[in-house]
Amino acid sequence: MYRKYLESIILVFVMLGVFLLMWIMNGGEFFRSANFQSMAFQLPELGILSLAMMVTILTAGINLSIIASANISGIVAAIILTQLIKPETTGLSEALIILLAILAGLSVAAVIGLLNGLLIAVVGVSPILATLGTMILMNGFAIVLTKGYVISGFPEAVLFIGNGIIFGIPMPIIIFAICAAVMALVLNSTPTGINIYMIGSNPIATLFSGVNNRTVLIRTYLLSGLYAGVAAIIMISRFNSAKADYGESYLLMTVLASVLGGVSAAGGFGKVSGLVIALIILQIVSSGLNLMRVNNFLTIAIWGMILILVMVVKYLAEQVQRRRAI
Amino acid sequence: MKKFFSRHEAYVLMVIVILSIIITLINPSFFTLENLFDLFKSYSYLGIFAIGVLFVLISGGIDISFSAIATVAMYAMAVYLIRFGGNIFLTFLIPAVIGIGLGMINASIIYFFNIPSIITTIATLNIYYGILVVLSGGKWLYGLPDWFRQFAELRAFTLTNAEGGQYGLSIITVMWFVILLIAWLILHYTLLGRGIYAMGGSPPSAKRAGFNILFQQMFVYAFMGLMAGIAGMVHAMLVQTVAPNAIVGKELDVIAAVVLGGASLTGGTGTIFGTILGIALIAILSNGMTLMRIPSFWYNVIIGLVVIISVSFSVYRRRQREKQTILVEVE
Repeated sequence: MYRKYLESIILVFVMLGVFLLMWIMNGGEFFRSANFQSMAFQLPELGILSLAMMVTILTAGINLSIIASANISGIVAAIILTQLIKPETTGLSEALIILLAILAGLSVAAVIGLLNGLLIAVVGVSPILATLGTMILMNGFAIVLTKGYVISGFPEAVLFIGNGIIFGIPMPIIIFAICAAVMALVLNSTPTGINIYMIGSNPIATLFSGVNNRTVLIRTYLLSGLYAGVAAIIMISRFNSAKADYGESYLLMTVLASVLGGVSAAGGFGKVSGLVIALIILQIVSSGLNLMRVNNFLTIAIWGMILILVMVVKYLAEQVQRRRAI
Repeated sequence: MKKFFSRHEAYVLMVIVILSIIITLINPSFFTLENLFDLFKSYSYLGIFAIGVLFVLISGGIDISFSAIATVAMYAMAVYLIRFGGNIFLTFLIPAVIGIGLGMINASIIYFFNIPSIITTIATLNIYYGILVVLSGGKWLYGLPDWFRQFAELRAFTLTNAEGGQYGLSIITVMWFVILLIAWLILHYTLLGRGIYAMGGSPPSAKRAGFNILFQQMFVYAFMGLMAGIAGMVHAMLVQTVAPNAIVGKELDVIAAVVLGGASLTGGTGTIFGTILGIALIAILSNGMTLMRIPSFWYNVIIGLVVIISVSFSVYRRRQREKQTILVEVE
């Protein structure tokens, strides 16, 4: 019982520690509600993208194309919104167009996920290469569609998705909570979820125990793609624009969040709850550094160092455990 | 001959030849010595990167931090040259030392803490680049010494075109060729080179066969760093200014080129010849698009498609081969 939750308990303590540290370093400014509110708006996109990354790492893969997928989905949705909605468009038809735009964005993301899944599961390309290829391709389509410009200017209703507040809770946080809950449900309570963990630990044993590895992998990357699409909708709504190269530094952050949250880089282990706590830790650090006016690039360098530090600590902890087991 | 046509390189070569014919038919200025020498010169720095990446891929790892290593090396060299003058010897030495140093940091993290190379180098890419931008303030450097400019314009031989302009085989291209030769010799005629192939094929077997895995790992990433340092310097020679954001972002193009040339991410395979073809394909695609007046927006779409098709095709062929052979697994 205690062992099972050890990692989560450590993470919660790290979270409290980081929180205190940032409080001490920033003083009262850190405790202002505006700070918490901005945190609540920033966390969800990264969070949903991290969920998309996490599920592929669980199968011992990786999805390098999540950010490119998110950008292209966002651009497709943005083009539909800006082209179809005219000043004279009213209520119901506007709502239908918005719905169409969101569905189109999500379908693009799903198709990319499916493409990744087919390349990896059916053709047999390694996840790094397959997703690298789709990443370059999707980035290319994004540049072709936008010609490198920004698409902006969406109706109020779309902006609500990324900026609205319901009962005092920011809309993106609600979407993130739903996404995290669905992911936890899929991973813990469906056969596919259990098979995802099994493939990550030992694909051959999984295959021999009668699991269709191909379907599971295709579903994994499909899910990963879909989550990138959801993140895309929040992203374009929050920025009120779409562009080919938004969020390039997110790749590092999603891997960092997954690993910090207890996902094993070799696959097979990791929980959604760990990831969520890790995201909160990262967000606290990020806001704290931001309040201290730390250079953005230094922040990125710090993320890199934390990633390596976390991996080193995990490795050492594993060594100690192994020695004890002997 | 028959053996050659059964290899991945043969297909890449075929694509290159067909592509060249099409481009030449549309725009004859493609197939001229002048354009060829120009291509060789401007793609030499990507070619040097590619050699380093090839070594890492053969050893079974991956490195995406080399663009940041090159940027750091290039920047440090430029700062030194502009402040203190320096000479051609230091021009090579500074980036080489920095490259090897940063490469060895990567190798140590990967080896001693058993962290996957992709995660390590995603992290170090951001660390090296982030720190450089903070220290440099993102400033571009101009005013490199005159001798530095003159060295970059040296040619092995010079020809004159119809309009009286001069062109020829640049010293930069010659440097790339020398590096290619050295890399080929290391891979084929040294124990170290064979050991790198063995390690990529199967690390436990290589270890049992008595190869020093630690040394090989260090060598591979240090060599990658060295190539990155030199490529950074070459890039400074080509454009004669140093910008912190000039190279970062190119890493995926290089990896794509090496993979097109037949190296696989599972390690143990890949050749110098294939890598040259991969770079050539990328260069011809990009140059050909310009000559055929295709908008440059399409560049990434085409590269992406080529990568996906090429990788799928080589996996398909490997599976076909595996079907024809009987595998006996002894554990």
